[in-house]
Amino acid sequence: MDSVRSDAPPQALKILVAGGFGAGKTTMVGAVSEISPLRTEEVLTTAGVETDDTTGVDAKTTTTVAMDFGRITITPNLVLYLFGTPGQNRFWFLWDELATGALGAVVIADTRRLADSFAAIDYFEQRGTPFVIAVNCFDSMQVYTVEQVREALDIGAHVPILLTDARDRHSVKHVLITLVEHVLVMVRAAVPAG
Amino acid sequence: MSAAFEPEVDGTAWWDHEAGPVVRPYMVTGGRVQPVTADFDLISHVVAVQSLAVDTPSPEHQAILALTQEPRPVAEIAGRIDLPLGVVRVLLCDLLLAGLIARYDPPSTDDLPNIDTLQAVIHGLRSL
Repeated sequence: MDSVRSDAPPQALKILVAGGFGAGKTTMVGAVSEISPLRTEEVLTTAGVETDDTTGVDAKTTTTVAMDFGRITITPNLVLYLFGTPGQNRFWFLWDELATGALGAVVIADTRRLADSFAAIDYFEQRGTPFVIAVNCFDSMQVYTVEQVREALDIGAHVPILLTDARDRHSVKHVLITLVEHVLVMVRAAVPAG
Repeated sequence: MSAAFEPEVDGTAWWDHEAGPVVRPYMVTGGRVQPVTADFDLISHVVAVQSLAVDTPSPEHQAILALTQEPRPVAEIAGRIDLPLGVVRVLLCDLLLAGLIARYDPPSTDDLPNIDTLQAVIHGLRSL
């Protein structure tokens, strides 16, 4: 197309923040974003999309999915965008769009509802998207150790797991740095040295 | 479908933001749901080619032009004008076809970024 130019504005990188309802996605995006997080909505016509167990409830034909959107300017030429995205697997088709070209993902796990993070973990594992798991410690409740969470989630040692406070900027920064370092390790492993 | 439904003009609107949109989202696209041309990625950047003094088909188109006087990603545009992404994509296609905006796509592949970029990101995050 004529008006697609290549002398780009900043290079844009995308990181996804996935997790179950109430796990802290919006909070995490807000903790590091330099703009107040924006909410972007996608209205979906759900023909052919499975809805979860609403047995006895008439099939819904449209759904609104909200994504949180934040920005971190790394340099004038390099900008990181964060997308907080719903973790239920009925939103897979949306994840496909989000995950395309994504640098990696943070899966937020809430130890009170660990199972809510299974779908996102499975998805990123199958897709080969690098991810880390951030265990959101609400009110500094650190009930479980990283190893206990690793075992409960059945996650291999290669995937970083961190205890996090999604409200805390430093804590979230650390999660993002860990993710990018994890990606770097994967890229180095894939690219022969030299 | 016609003139029977005039909006009240006494200024005592019973709707507000909480009530949700009064106009169904795809009204602003004239019912079109599929963008005519290639999809805009969420982080494709859009920048207005023209100043604001152009005629556009709708206030929403105008709002996009106003926002994109500096480059902005598609997701941010949707968030700021408070319309669903699908709607915004259709409007962006209108503007693109009319030559009113330019579009810059992110790297098109699913490849991971190069090592230099990753190191720059790590460095940048550390110094935040």
